[in-house]
Amino acid sequence: MKHDEVKRNQRGQRMMLRYPASTRINHWTMAASFILLALSGLAFFHPAFFFLTHTLGGPVWARILHPFIGVVFFLLFVAIAASNLRYNLWIKNDLRWVRQIGDVLTNHDERLPPIGKFNPGQKLVFWCLVISVPLLLVTGVIMWRPWFAGYFPIPLIRLASLLHALAAFVAIATIIVHIYAAIWVKGSIRAMTRGWVSRAWAKHHHPLWYEDHVDQDLVEQRKARDGQGERPGAERDLKARE
Amino acid sequence: MTNPQNIVRRSATTTTPPRVREEVEEVAKLIDVSKCIGCKACQVACMEWNDIRDEVGIVDGTYNNPTDLTEHSWTVMRFTEHENPAGDLEWLIRKDGCMHCAEPGCLEACPAPGAIVQYANGIVDFDSDKCIGCGYCVTGCPFDIPRISKHDSKSYKCTLCSDRVSVGLEPACVKTCPTGCIEFGSKDAMLIRAAKRVDDLKARGFDQAGIYDPAGVGGTHVMYVLHHADEPGLYAGLPKDPRISPLVGAWKGVTKPLMSAILGITAFAGFIHYVTKGPKEEPADEEVFGAEGEEGYLRDTRGEEAAATVRDPAKEEER
Ligand code: HEM
Ligand code: SF4
Ligand code: SF4
Repeated sequence: MKHDEVKRNQRGQRMMLRYPASTRINHWTMAASFILLALSGLAFFHPAFFFLTHTLGGPVWARILHPFIGVVFFLLFVAIAASNLRYNLWIKNDLRWVRQIGDVLTNHDERLPPIGKFNPGQKLVFWCLVISVPLLLVTGVIMWRPWFAGYFPIPLIRLASLLHALAAFVAIATIIVHIYAAIWVKGSIRAMTRGWVSRAWAKHHHPLWYEDHVDQDLVEQRKARDGQGERPGAERDLKARE
Repeated sequence: MTNPQNIVRRSATTTTPPRVREEVEEVAKLIDVSKCIGCKACQVACMEWNDIRDEVGIVDGTYNNPTDLTEHSWTVMRFTEHENPAGDLEWLIRKDGCMHCAEPGCLEACPAPGAIVQYANGIVDFDSDKCIGCGYCVTGCPFDIPRISKHDSKSYKCTLCSDRVSVGLEPACVKTCPTGCIEFGSKDAMLIRAAKRVDDLKARGFDQAGIYDPAGVGGTHVMYVLHHADEPGLYAGLPKDPRISPLVGAWKGVTKPLMSAILGITAFAGFIHYVTKGPKEEPADEEVFGAEGEEGYLRDTRGEEAAATVRDPAKEEER
């Protein structure tokens, strides 16, 4: 393949795919439902936010719709979490990255160890949500009137209400951090809207993912040419991850 | 009927509710369980005055009918056949319904501003037009009283006939009771009445007779005289030491303003970080790959073959 065919950004940099269309569609549908859930949920959470019930068409509609949107949100989350699980497992370099959080925050990226498709901060967001979202579903169903709450003993509903509020707090705090990170790291929002990032961005922020990607390309090319292919980077990968 | 000038507590409200009248006398209903004959006249009077009709249900083999409180049955008689230590049968009949707690768990839990109010006279009233049907009042109530209607998803319970009381009448159940088992008046007067009844019961051999006015909820505006005040659980599970559950306290207490503040601070910290440290800008090719760009880098790390291996992301997507 000739290089000229490769998609380039406005600065002339070559691009690569970070999120396929299915992930992008899922992500933004999920984001919209999360915002609606957070706004309507906060409205019941504290009187200061009660006016937010109007985002769902008034207090009664907010009460009715919130749990249904919650179920949609949960299903979308399960799909996206399952397909990204393998990129969110802990690797050796992550600990070094965490220890150098000062460099991360002061934008001294050149001092950071190479990490994979997601950095430890992103992994933390992932795991906070993996814990809080199923908890929100289970506790939300227990609180859900008029459909389900009647089947549960009142002390359990009390516990569920407390845990739902706590889990919602964790989830909303996590998402605030998540949104800020997207604003902070230029290029990330386009990665999720259009799917691609510059190859320089990939190498700079997620070196191991970039190297994997290049190796994968090489394998595909060799396969196309010889009918078989071996990963040139397999050995290097293992070293970074052991 | 709400009296909008005499409100001491208002659900989901952080400012002072309207309370122009000072020194409003607290009222109370006194139910002397020892005098109740289980005729259910009060149930009928409640239906009649409030103009509510429950569906005809089933008889479950006991005298409990209806078998539970519903959005249409704000009071029910609960019958217990109790064999006392002497081996005698005691038929304990308790009129169940809202206790009009001084510290109402329902009001504490309700997220809808003004859907539950407590008047200066102590009556806890539901303003159902403001109710959103979430059921938090059911979760908050220590006595399992409020019921959400299956028809309109609003919460209902005994109003202590707040409409009658506000014009100087006693509640409908009090007016109708043929044995004088239910009395109504100022809370002070009712406590004096109750003390007399307790003395009387004690004189007749009920050593443990007493007043049920549980301190855990700040006292109630519906009180019982019980022959076995030491064991309120005998009376169809009347809680011995009712209080707003610690779980509800934790759910509705300081945690909420605290969590709200943390969320605000988190967002603010992001803003401060952005304007002080700034964003991570998109890296340039030379910065990341060196002077010869990505091709040079790929050639150096993987050889000539790799340098020519870059797939178009648009094609990748089709894979
Ligand atoms: C996963 C499925 C979910 C279900 C089934 C669900 C269900 C519920 C229900 C039934 C309520 C009570 C109010 C009502 O009846 O509408 C509620 C309240 C609430 N929900 Fe959810 N929810 C879910 C997800 C979420 C999510 C993802 C968030 C966070 C963004 C959230 C935040 C809240 C908050 C803050 C409250 C108020 C809690 C309180 O009063 O303390 N919920 N939810
Ligand atoms: S008995 Fe229940 S419903 Fe009645 S005032 Fe107390 S907490 Fe509210
Ligand atoms: S069901 Fe109605 S009265 Fe009960 S807590 Fe919810 S809004 Fe308040």
